[in-house]
Amino acid sequence: MTDTTPTRAEHKLARKMKRFENPWMNPKLLWGAGILIGIIVLGLLGRIFWDPELVFTGSAPLKLPPIGFENLRKQAGIWDFPLGTDGAGRDLLALIIIGAPNSLFVGLLASCVGMGLGIFLGFSAGFIGGRTDDFIRVISDVMITIPPLLILVVFQAAYGDVSLTMMALLIAAFVWQSPTRLIRAQVLSMRESGYVQMARLSGASTMHIMFKEMLPNLVPYLFGSFIANVTTSIVTAVGLEVLGLGPQRIPTLGRTIYEAINSGALIQNLWWWWGIPTLLLAVMFIGLLLINLGLDEVSNPRLRKLS
Amino acid sequence: MGRIPPQYLINRLITLLLTVWIAATLIWIIPRLSPVDPAEIMLGRMAAGAGTVENADQILQSLRARFGLDDPLLVQYLKYIRNVVTFDFGLSTASFPTPVSHLIARALPWTLGLMIISVTITFFIGNALGALMVWERSPKLVRVAIPVAMIFTSIPPILSGLLLMYFLSAKMRLFPLTGSYGLTVEPGWTWSFAQSVMYHGFLPALSIVVVTFGFWALGMRGLMITVQGEDYTKLAEAKGLRPRYILYKYMIRNAILPQITAFALKIGLLVAGQILVERIFAYNGMGKLIYDAILDQDFPVIQGASYIIILMTALSVFLVDLIYPLIDPRIKHER
Repeated sequence: MTDTTPTRAEHKLARKMKRFENPWMNPKLLWGAGILIGIIVLGLLGRIFWDPELVFTGSAPLKLPPIGFENLRKQAGIWDFPLGTDGAGRDLLALIIIGAPNSLFVGLLASCVGMGLGIFLGFSAGFIGGRTDDFIRVISDVMITIPPLLILVVFQAAYGDVSLTMMALLIAAFVWQSPTRLIRAQVLSMRESGYVQMARLSGASTMHIMFKEMLPNLVPYLFGSFIANVTTSIVTAVGLEVLGLGPQRIPTLGRTIYEAINSGALIQNLWWWWGIPTLLLAVMFIGLLLINLGLDEVSNPRLRKLS
Repeated sequence: MGRIPPQYLINRLITLLLTVWIAATLIWIIPRLSPVDPAEIMLGRMAAGAGTVENADQILQSLRARFGLDDPLLVQYLKYIRNVVTFDFGLSTASFPTPVSHLIARALPWTLGLMIISVTITFFIGNALGALMVWERSPKLVRVAIPVAMIFTSIPPILSGLLLMYFLSAKMRLFPLTGSYGLTVEPGWTWSFAQSVMYHGFLPALSIVVVTFGFWALGMRGLMITVQGEDYTKLAEAKGLRPRYILYKYMIRNAILPQITAFALKIGLLVAGQILVERIFAYNGMGKLIYDAILDQDFPVIQGASYIIILMTALSVFLVDLIYPLIDPRIKHER
């Protein structure tokens, strides 16, 4: 015991020092990224090693349990359908192989578009100022109050089926506000700082100052805001799907949950039907949260002391 | 206590009105752009009920006139705005001829009640835990266990709702599966009704609380770390004030303020989350109203309910904005 204590403490210190060298290599960030990459890999490899045709209705027996469990009809799970099948005869493994990357895709696309808009508007507001600033600020204040889910419910109820990309773009119309506000605030505080003044005095163009001098300093904040938006977008998309809206012909995790609830899967004890998509979504959100916490540590060194 | 500067008040009021106006307009424009005709949907429902409909064309005409679909768009829009201001959303097409405002008035108290209770509980628990995570004197268990528990608070309430519903209601039968009060009790101001409401509301509220307190705890943790490093905290410690006193009067009092602004930004998401929770628990609130309306393609109800929820959200943001200068006199409102 007396021997191990100092070495362990040293080890810990060494690890801490290493972490301070490169804040981007903190374990939370790595774990979070690992989880998301795992889901993408599941989608890619799944399509190669598993039969994606099994997502179609009636391609498998109904309501089979996962391996190692029995359903109410005393049927045991079989290896042909390792995660069980749903009430319409779809294989759940195939459903999540197709569905999980779809959810992530909606989140990433919506957030990318939202982020692009946010960077553009935030810089314009902070840098140009005056009327432009007033306008952008008021509009983003207004739009941040409106819950995207409700407008999208009205939209989809009126239009019926939408494609995955369309849904992502619709969601993107509601996730540009927080990056806009964040960037505007940062730009306003950076505008008067020494290096920006220096660049301006040396005759750099506005574009150069905005994107070459200021943007790199915002990267950790932008990443944080981006990940937060991915979460919001996925939550909104899943929300729509659980209400029975969203894409009608593409398997998504939210739609699987919707069908499970509607078919009374909770009472019939078909836990794998809603439980597997639920758990997968939960894991996805945990991964996103870990990334966000890791990014917080990158941009706010005070947080590192405690964890 | 500070005072609300008039210019600030006017600006917040303008933002509120703009929000409500833009939301109302969006809700109006979107269905107009779609090819679906509400009159035809109603006729379809009549046909489905009665087998055949005689004089279908005439009925279609009168329905269109009744809904004002033949007026020029601008007239329709102005009428709509006037109706929205007076909370008149027309008649529900699914449960014709009940006015939409009646349906909303019936559902709204449930949603508001559930929301106020769950948000209050969450706000207090979350901030208390966040503060304790940073405080040097809190038990070790708190400082180690909570951050781990926090990870699970990233999932949306609908997922936690499903899990709680399965384990506590379907499996262990501790709580009712769905509904907002028992079938056998008569609604009214009686003790048995109140009991039933609390019993049915516990699980929806719990599923919101367990996944949202983490947002506040995390925010509070970051703010407390900042406050901990401030000179006034150091001075308070040097003066030898009791640690508990420093925690309440110096640290939490200062760290809580930005949390209240964060609250204003979070309301929209909370509302959306709760609507979904209500849908899976078949709770009698706005969530169920909207879900049923989607199933029935009942546009007036979808529009009215969405509008009312956005109005509520905007109003609560407005209130938070008004309270803020009163509790934080340091804030100077430039605009």
